[in-house]
Formats: sequence, structure tokens, C-alpha cells
Amino acid sequence: MAQQNDIKYIAPVAVDIKKKKYCRFKKSGIKYIDYKDGEFLKKFVNEQGKILPRRLTGTSLKYQKKVAQAVKRARHLALLPFVTDNLKSNY
Amino acid sequence: MANQYETVFIMTPVLSEEQMKETVQKFEKILTDKGAEIVHQENWGLRKLEYPIQKKSSGFYHLIEFKAEGSVVEALELQYRRDERIIRFLTVSMDKYAIAYAEKRRANRKEKAAAKEEVKEEAPVVTEQPQEVNNESNQTEQAE
Repeated sequence: MAQQNDIKYIAPVAVDIKKKKYCRFKKSGIKYIDYKDGEFLKKFVNEQGKILPRRLTGTSLKYQKKVAQAVKRARHLALLPFVTDNLKSNY
Repeated sequence: MANQYETVFIMTPVLSEEQMKETVQKFEKILTDKGAEIVHQENWGLRKLEYPIQKKSSGFYHLIEFKAEGSVVEALELQYRRDERIIRFLTVSMDKYAIAYAEKRRANRKEKAAAKEEVKEEAPVVTEQPQEVNNESNQTEQAE
């Protein structure tokens, strides 16, 4: 019996308390995503400079497309790297 | 109806300040000759590139917003390609949101510039005042 109780505690309690994701552009009413602002766009890429998926950032489809477009433009202008390591540790 | 465009180009860092300005003027002239109306310009100065372009790790950035017919863009980009001082360029057409954003950005930049100037103006005053006080106190000491 005691063992059973222990096992109950060792097993993770069902974590259903998920934080609801939201689209930050819809929420704050941003209509245009600027490709000239490299620092802002760094929020939407991972450490290697890859664009983060919607399922992680919660961005809506409409704005994810715009984010992707802006990131690609910024890369062309060397405001963001195409490939890198430790992008986040740089700043 | 003329569209509004925004073009950013990167010049090689080997240019001197004057050569850089000359290059900018050349492209301004190309635009105005073609009947474009320049709305706004920004010079970002020498910036570090995130990755090397033509083995260079920095460059002079310059941004021009202009209103023109689409054919002007083609002519402009042809000139970019022919000019070896330009190492990278990007021209995008602006939708209404982009125009609104650009106006806001301009206002912000103006405010920032104004704030900076104010700080510059205030700063010497602040530093002068204690000096004056010191001088006075010194004088009084000397007088005593």
C-alpha cells in the first residue's frame, strides 16, 4: 500500500494548466511588421536563426506570414543572419 | 496613381564619408530625374553586417522612401547593379499599413533626436551651475 502511494507521488500530477497562447500582433494591434528592426525580429527566430513555428509562438497565420516575410527581408539586408550559433547569447 | 516605395541599400565600407554622400546624391538624382518624389530619407551610418557580403563585415546603410511609377524601380535597381559601390539593396512597395508605420517611425525618430538635443542643451547647463557655485565659493573664500 505504501509503495502504491509513493508511486502516485513520483508519477507527474496531470499538468493541464496550459497557458493559452495568443497572437501578440492581434492582441496589441500591430498591423505592419518592420523588416528594418532586427532586434524585434530576433524574438521570432531560434538560436540558429531559424524562424520559429506558429505552434511555439502562437502567432496567427496572417501575421506568421508577415513575420516570415520580414525575417527574410532582414536576412537579405544582413540585419539578421541566415545561419548562426548562439544568436540569443549575443545580446 | 503613383505607388510608394521604400528602398534600402548598403554601400561598401571602403568609401569615405564624402564618397558615401556622393553615392547617395547620385541615387537621389536618378530618382528625381525619373520624376519620383522623395518622401523621406534616413542614413543609418556604418553598421556591422550579420554575415559577410563580398568579404566585408560592415557597410553604410541608407534608406529612401519615394513615390513613383513602377518603371522607376526597375531603372533604379539597374543602376544599383551597375554601381560597384553598392553591395546590397532592397526595394519594397509599401501598403497602407507600411505607410502608417513609416510615419509613426519618423515621428518617433524626430522625438528621439529632439530629446537628445535637449539633453545636450541641458547637460552643459547642469555642469556649469556647480562650477559657478564653486567659483563663487572660491571667490568668497579668496575675499575672506
